[in-house]
Amino acid sequence: MPHVSAPMAGTVWKVLVSPGDALDFGQTIMIFESMKMEIPIESDGSGTVKAIRVSEGQTVDQGDPLIDFE
Amino acid sequence: MSYDSLVEDLRQRNEKARQGGSARAKEKHVAQNKFLVRDRLERFFDDGQYTEDGLLAGMSRDMPGDAVITCVGKVDGREVAVIANDMTVKAGTWGYTTFRKIVRMQEMAVANKLPIVYFMDSAGARIDEQRECYLGRVAWGNIFHTQVQISGIVPQICLMFGPSPAGSAYVPALSDVTFMVDKNATAYLGSPRLAEMAIGEKVTEEQMGGARMHCVASGLGDLLAQTELEVMEKGKKYLRFFPGAWDLPVPLVDARPPAESRRIEDIVPHDQNRPYDVHELINAIVDQDSFLEIKALFAKEMVTGLAHLGGRPVGIVANNSMVKGGVLFNDSADKGARFIWLCNAYGIPLLFLQDISGYMIGSAVEKAGIIRHGAKLLTAVCEAKVPRISLMVRKGYGGGYLAMSGAPTQPDAQLALPSAKPALMGPEAAINAIYYNEIHRLQGDERTAFIKEKQAEYAKDIDVYEPADKFSFEAVVEPSLLRDDLIRRFAIYSRREIPMFKRRNGVYPG
Repeated sequence: MPHVSAPMAGTVWKVLVSPGDALDFGQTIMIFESMKMEIPIESDGSGTVKAIRVSEGQTVDQGDPLIDFE
Repeated sequence: MSYDSLVEDLRQRNEKARQGGSARAKEKHVAQNKFLVRDRLERFFDDGQYTEDGLLAGMSRDMPGDAVITCVGKVDGREVAVIANDMTVKAGTWGYTTFRKIVRMQEMAVANKLPIVYFMDSAGARIDEQRECYLGRVAWGNIFHTQVQISGIVPQICLMFGPSPAGSAYVPALSDVTFMVDKNATAYLGSPRLAEMAIGEKVTEEQMGGARMHCVASGLGDLLAQTELEVMEKGKKYLRFFPGAWDLPVPLVDARPPAESRRIEDIVPHDQNRPYDVHELINAIVDQDSFLEIKALFAKEMVTGLAHLGGRPVGIVANNSMVKGGVLFNDSADKGARFIWLCNAYGIPLLFLQDISGYMIGSAVEKAGIIRHGAKLLTAVCEAKVPRISLMVRKGYGGGYLAMSGAPTQPDAQLALPSAKPALMGPEAAINAIYYNEIHRLQGDERTAFIKEKQAEYAKDIDVYEPADKFSFEAVVEPSLLRDDLIRRFAIYSRREIPMFKRRNGVYPG
C-alpha cells in the first residue's frame, strides 16, 4: 500500500488526518516539531487515508512511514 | 547551364534540407505533442528569423543538416546561438558531421559573446558512425570538452523537448540550467531496456529519467514546463537576466513596483517557530512578475531564483521555513552553491534572505555527508565576487548563518529586520548546553522553572540592537523601507572592483 513517509527526523506534534479521510496531493497531514520549528508535512500522494502509523508525541526518523493510503 | 539554373538548383537543395525528415517521421513526431524543430526555432526567435550554418550537411546521405540545426537569431533584440537536434532525421542522433557542427557553433558563440541554448531532442550517439566519432581527438566527447571550457564565459541553457540519453545526458548536466518539458523530456545513462538486461531492474522511462523525476528528485532539472511553448517562454525569461558573456554588464530593464501583497510586517510571523512561505516575502520585495524560480521542486527548504529589483537582475537565495523548517540539508546546500556559482559567473548580484535554525543534525544526515555538502555552500558564498547583500529576516543561527552569507563571509552589507534573532543557537539548545549540569541536578517543577527562567533571559539577549551596537549589522531596516534600501545599496555596490587571486583552482569540497 502506498504511504507518506517522514521527510526528516522529528517529533509528531499534531496529526491532522484520520482513516477514511480524502487525501489530496500537497495536503498537510501532520505537523512535526524538529530543529525547534513547526514543520508541516505534506502528502505526496492522493486517495483515501487507510491507517495512521504514528501517534502524537512519537519521535520518527527520516523515511519512517506516517500514513497509509490507497 | 545558366547562372539562373544554378540558383534554382541551390534553392531546391536548401528547400529539401529544410524539410527535415520523412513525412512519416514528422507525423510520428507531432503526434507526441511536439513541434517540428523548425517550428520551435520560428517561435523562439523574435521575428522567426535565424542565420544557419551547415544546412546542406548530410544531404548526400539523405540526412538534412546531419540531424542538427545550428543557428543564431534574436531573442528580445539580442543575438542568441541555438543548437537544435532534429528528431525527425535519424532520430536526432549525433554522427560525425553532427558533433562537428555543434562544436563549431559553441566556438563561434564564445568568440562572439553569445549565449547558447541547446534544444535537446535526440536518441544520442549514432552507433553506426562510432568508428569516426568515439575515439581520438576529434570525437563526440569534444562537445562536453567545449561545454566545460566555456562554462562561466557564455551562458549555456538546455531546453529538453525530448530524450537525451546516455552520453548526451551530459549536455544538460554541463549546462548552467536545464528546463524540461513534462512527459516528453527524459535523461538517463542506461535505458530501462539496458537496466533490465544488466541489473534486472524493471522501471518505466518516466521512472528512470522522466522530467518530473529530474526536477523533483535528482536535481538535474531546474524547471518543469507543461508545454514546449512554456519551456521556450521560460528560457527567454531566463535570458533576460544574463549578459551575452561573463565580462559584459548585466542587462538592466525598466523598474516595476512589486506586485500587491500584504505588508512584510504581516508576512513574517513574529513567533520564530511558526513557518511562513518565503515566496510571499520575495514577491513583496522584487519587481512585479519578475521572479523566476530555479529548482522550485527540488530541496524546497531553500528557494533560489532570479528577479529584477528596481530593474536590476539579482539572484535570491532564501530559507523557506514552510518546508522542513527551512533547515539546510545536503541537497539544499548543493542547490544553493550551484546557484551562487551561476550568479557569480555572470556578474549577477546576490540577495540572501536568512531565516535559518541551522544545518540538519542527526546520524542520518551525518552519514550522508552533510558536512561535505554544507562546506560546498560555504565555499560558494565565501568565493562570491559579485555584490552581495544579506538580510536577517528572523533566525540566524550558527553554521547556517555563515552558509547563508553572514557578515564574517564579507558580504557588502549584512542587514537585519527588527524581527531578526542572531545567535549561535536558539534558547532551548543554548540553555541545555550552558546549564546542562544544573538542569540535571534539579528535579520536576524546579527543573522546569529553572529552564524557563534561563530561556527567557537568553531570549531577551538575542535581539538586533546589541549586535547593531557593536556594528555587526550595517543597518537594521524598517520593513516598509526595505525595497528602496536594497535598490540603493545594490547600485552603490555595483561598481566595486574585486581582487582576483592567482591560482589554478581551490580544492573544493564535494
